[in-house]
Amino acid sequence: MESNVFHLQYAIDTFYFLVCGALVMWMAAGFAMLESGLVRAKNTTEILTKNVALYAIACTMYLVCGYAIMYDGALLLNGIEQIDSAAVLGDFAAREDGFEGGAIYSSAADFFFQVVFVATAMSIVSGAVAERMKLWAFLAFAAVMTGVIYPMEGSWTWGGKDVFGLYNLGDLGFSDFAGSGIVHMAGAAAALAGVLLLGARKGKYGPNGEIRAIPGSNLPLAALGTFILWMGWFGFNGGSVLKLGDIASANSVAMVFLNTNAAAAGGAIAALITGRLLFGKADLTMLLNGAIAGLVVITAEPSTPSALIATLWGSLGGVTVVFSVIFLDKLRIDDPVGAISAHGVCGFLGLMLVPLTNGGVTFSGQLIGAATIFGWVFLASLLVWGIIKAVMGIRVSEEDEYDGVDLSECGMEAYPEFVTGK
Amino acid sequence: MKLVTAIIKPFKLDDVREALSEIGVQGVTVTEVKGFGRQKGHTELYRGAEYVVDFLPKVKVEVAIGDNLLDQVIESITKAANTGKIGDGKIFVTELQQAIRIRTGETGEEAV
Repeated sequence: MESNVFHLQYAIDTFYFLVCGALVMWMAAGFAMLESGLVRAKNTTEILTKNVALYAIACTMYLVCGYAIMYDGALLLNGIEQIDSAAVLGDFAAREDGFEGGAIYSSAADFFFQVVFVATAMSIVSGAVAERMKLWAFLAFAAVMTGVIYPMEGSWTWGGKDVFGLYNLGDLGFSDFAGSGIVHMAGAAAALAGVLLLGARKGKYGPNGEIRAIPGSNLPLAALGTFILWMGWFGFNGGSVLKLGDIASANSVAMVFLNTNAAAAGGAIAALITGRLLFGKADLTMLLNGAIAGLVVITAEPSTPSALIATLWGSLGGVTVVFSVIFLDKLRIDDPVGAISAHGVCGFLGLMLVPLTNGGVTFSGQLIGAATIFGWVFLASLLVWGIIKAVMGIRVSEEDEYDGVDLSECGMEAYPEFVTGK
Repeated sequence: MKLVTAIIKPFKLDDVREALSEIGVQGVTVTEVKGFGRQKGHTELYRGAEYVVDFLPKVKVEVAIGDNLLDQVIESITKAANTGKIGDGKIFVTELQQAIRIRTGETGEEAV
């Protein structure tokens, strides 16, 4: 009888992992829609190409070597298909807390859930470098980022390994539940390194320091993309509980869903009001950034805050993202979609809020963890971007940028109204 | 005969059409246009940064009428399209040399 229950627990926890992974996969669609809505029409085909291609590259590179680097598995997932039911039942029986012990589930489900996180981190980069980067330079970077850079910092955090054999983040009291730092800030750090080497879009900043708006071409798509991300995030945070199959875990999952939703709502309201107070108008793009900022902030710890605290943490993110977007523009760091602000700045904020609701986590541990992740990803990315820049160049020509990268990189328009076939 | 060309705010089109019908105007031609006047477009805000919209959307209404209707038409359009705010538009009056009704071949004031 007991073994039957373990069979079922294995099944339900594996199933839960797979469904959450599929939800996170859908975030790729969210990023694609959000980014294509916030760029100009002439760069739409290219940003969509980037988003679909980077997802595929992330999945492949993580399969080839990323997962092995992060969790000490075999290259090419060798042997992941094998299952020894008797040995698994033995693991269940050996658990100290019995039925309420740690989750045991399919290794293949674990890989599937992990791989969609890598793609999320990479998606963050594509929006920040939009409208001016060479497609193939971006894709080359995507391969290194998802195959090596991200798995390295992932191995120091979720993988539990020492950072270059020097110190262990877990021992220092570092915790990042679903990846405010490990996924979102890491993506933003890579994006920032790219943007610094790439420069701003032509015409974004005037010679006398004036900041010029370059409005996005399709705000309905941007809004749809944000809702898709919001929905996918339930898998992102909910799945990170890692287990559904007992009362305490199931309740924790429910709390995580609730808090994730509450934080997004808080972030959206806060950004809407902040925008109204600063600009005198309701800025939809800031509202969208605010919802995402709330989600990023709560991602570091969605299980311990109360619903009210989660709403407050989210709204802190919503206020922060608006000021961060304005501040980055003052520094002339051109981020068309606000990815560095929403994922980087708010990812850091999320990490630093964890010790306030989770007693097992320390501020110093969070600071060292954030510095480790940011430092590694930023410097490694800067090096890789630099090499790509030297070898093949990372920026399209001024004329190609004016005509739109749809034509120069993809040879087709997203909205071809006035063309004839031959 | 006269050709009256009025550039008006788009949301005032229905009012202008009704006012013209009331005084017996038989037909109008309407075009969506863009342009600027003394105000030189206006500024909008996107993510905290201002940008200039150079050409504002307007509606162009063209009415061909007999000379006797001119004053009434001008008065109707002026009244119906007026909001008192910047950007209400303009009315231009030009001489109309000839008008021909294609189906019947009528010409002159009979045709408009």
